[in-house]
Formats: sequence, C-alpha cells, structure tokens
Amino acid sequence: MKELSLNILDITENSVKAGATLTEILIVEKGDTLTLTIKDDGCGMSDEILKTVENPFYTTRTTRKVGLGIPLLKMAAEMTGGQVKIVSSTKEIDHGTTVTALFYKNHLDFTPLGDVKETIVTLIQGHPDTDFLFTHQTTNGEIKLDTRELRQILEGVPLDTYEVIVWIKEYLNEQYLTVLDK
Amino acid sequence: MKSLAELQAIKDKMKDKVVIREGANSTRVVVGMATCGIAAGARPVLGAFVEAVNESGLAQSVTVSQTGCVGLCQYEPIVEVYEAGKEKVTYVKMTADKAKKVVEKHLKGGKVVVEYTVANCE
Repeated sequence: MKELSLNILDITENSVKAGATLTEILIVEKGDTLTLTIKDDGCGMSDEILKTVENPFYTTRTTRKVGLGIPLLKMAAEMTGGQVKIVSSTKEIDHGTTVTALFYKNHLDFTPLGDVKETIVTLIQGHPDTDFLFTHQTTNGEIKLDTRELRQILEGVPLDTYEVIVWIKEYLNEQYLTVLDK
Repeated sequence: MKSLAELQAIKDKMKDKVVIREGANSTRVVVGMATCGIAAGARPVLGAFVEAVNESGLAQSVTVSQTGCVGLCQYEPIVEVYEAGKEKVTYVKMTADKAKKVVEKHLKGGKVVVEYTVANCE
C-alpha cells in the first residue's frame, strides 16, 4: 500500500463486512508516534480465527475475507518499529473487533498517511447505511466527523447522495485546512 | 465555512427527489474494493466514477457501488458494468482517467471502450 490511508480503507472494509453498525476510526499523532485504532461492533472473530489473521499463509478461502489486509498493516507498522494488536469478541454483548496499530513517524520506512479524507468519503459512499465516527487528533487540533450526526440532519436522505458526498468532502477539506493553518 | 445548515438545505432540496432515484437506475457500475483492488489504485477510480457519473447528469440511471475481490487480482483495479438486457462488461487495470472515458463513451455514448476490457488484455 502506498499510503496508510489505503490500509485504513482496507481494514475498515472488514469491519463493514463483519456487519458493524458503527465503526470508529481514530488517528492520534503525538510526538513521533501515530496510533491508528479501528474499532467496530461487528460479529467479531473467534480466538481460532484471530490467531490466523496475522499470517497470510494461514488464510484459506473460507477465511478469505481477512486475506492480506492485516498482514500488510502489520508489515507497515513493524517496518517503523511499531506493532499491531487485535482484540476481538464474539460475545452477545459487546461483540466486535478493535485493531490498533502503532507507527513511528520519524522512521525511514514510515508509510505516509496520505489522503485520509478520500478514504472516509469512499467508505461513506460505499456503505451509506452503516455509521462511521472519524477522529484525527494532531498536535495542532482535532478533525472529527460523525455520520450519525449527519444522518440526523438528513432524515431520510441517503448519505451517498452526490450533493451530500460533495459536502462531506468539502467539510473535511476545510477542517484539515483550519487545523493545518494553526 | 461548510456548516450543518448547508447540509439541512441539501436535505430539503433532495427530500422529494429520493423516491424518483430509487428503482429508476438500470445500469450498475461496480468497483472492486478488496485489498488487491485498493492496493492497485481502486480508490481514485471509484471517486472518478462517482464524480463523472454525477457531472454528466447520469445519476438517475447509473449507480456506482463497491464489491470485494473477483479473483482476477493481477488485473485490478477492476470495474464491472451491468446494463439491463446486456452482457456484463469487465474493465481491467483502470485509472481515474480511464474511468472518465468509460463514463463518457460507454455510459453516456453507449459504446463499450473495448481497449480497456478484460478481453483485450494480454
């Protein structure tokens, strides 16, 4: 993957496929670290599957929905001296999966974050019926988008309506500009 | 600044149109968005389709959606076009520029862009 934002898109697609109603994407940049957390309330994975998702060679066609996504994220994190942790539960209450990846930004092999806005827009466009809570914290400030809030305003109008998608794109653009200007 | 009031205005404008939009679509553009597709550059391809379809005024008749891996990972980004009563067209190794051309020539003009199809791929 050329950008971390593409890994984010890829891993979040797994959350949506796991039937998540809400997926939280949290990026925290602090000092020389970048921590990415993708937390969903999907069906979760059993301990057995959890053990195999990090190794691409254990992936068979039946577990193919996981595939190379996690190994690629793990590689990107470990190349910088960081790591990936996955916690998952299939319990009736509080089921879901949380993927946490730690990156060291100053490492030579750090993959640039890239266009996160485009990733968020792509996720909303492709999955207008599920919710995303996106938060990006930098030392300059915070960017936030909660589709549940937008949904409330839009009432019945779908989130993937072109006008809405354009609004979200411009809204995120402005938020990033404001934060970067500081 | 973009405000939530603007979103409210969009809602008021779109509220009546939603019903018309559903069911009227006869053409489906499906972009492969699994790990293989994303790594090969599917994200800008999808973005280009969404934009070009809406800018060309085809939003009423064409929907753009995402799918998983179709098993031809080496040809990603792959885009499939389903039209009512016609055979499925599979475009391979797509880019944002090629996407714009497909919208212009195929979706708008009705002529398949043969050089981008899987049949024409070595």
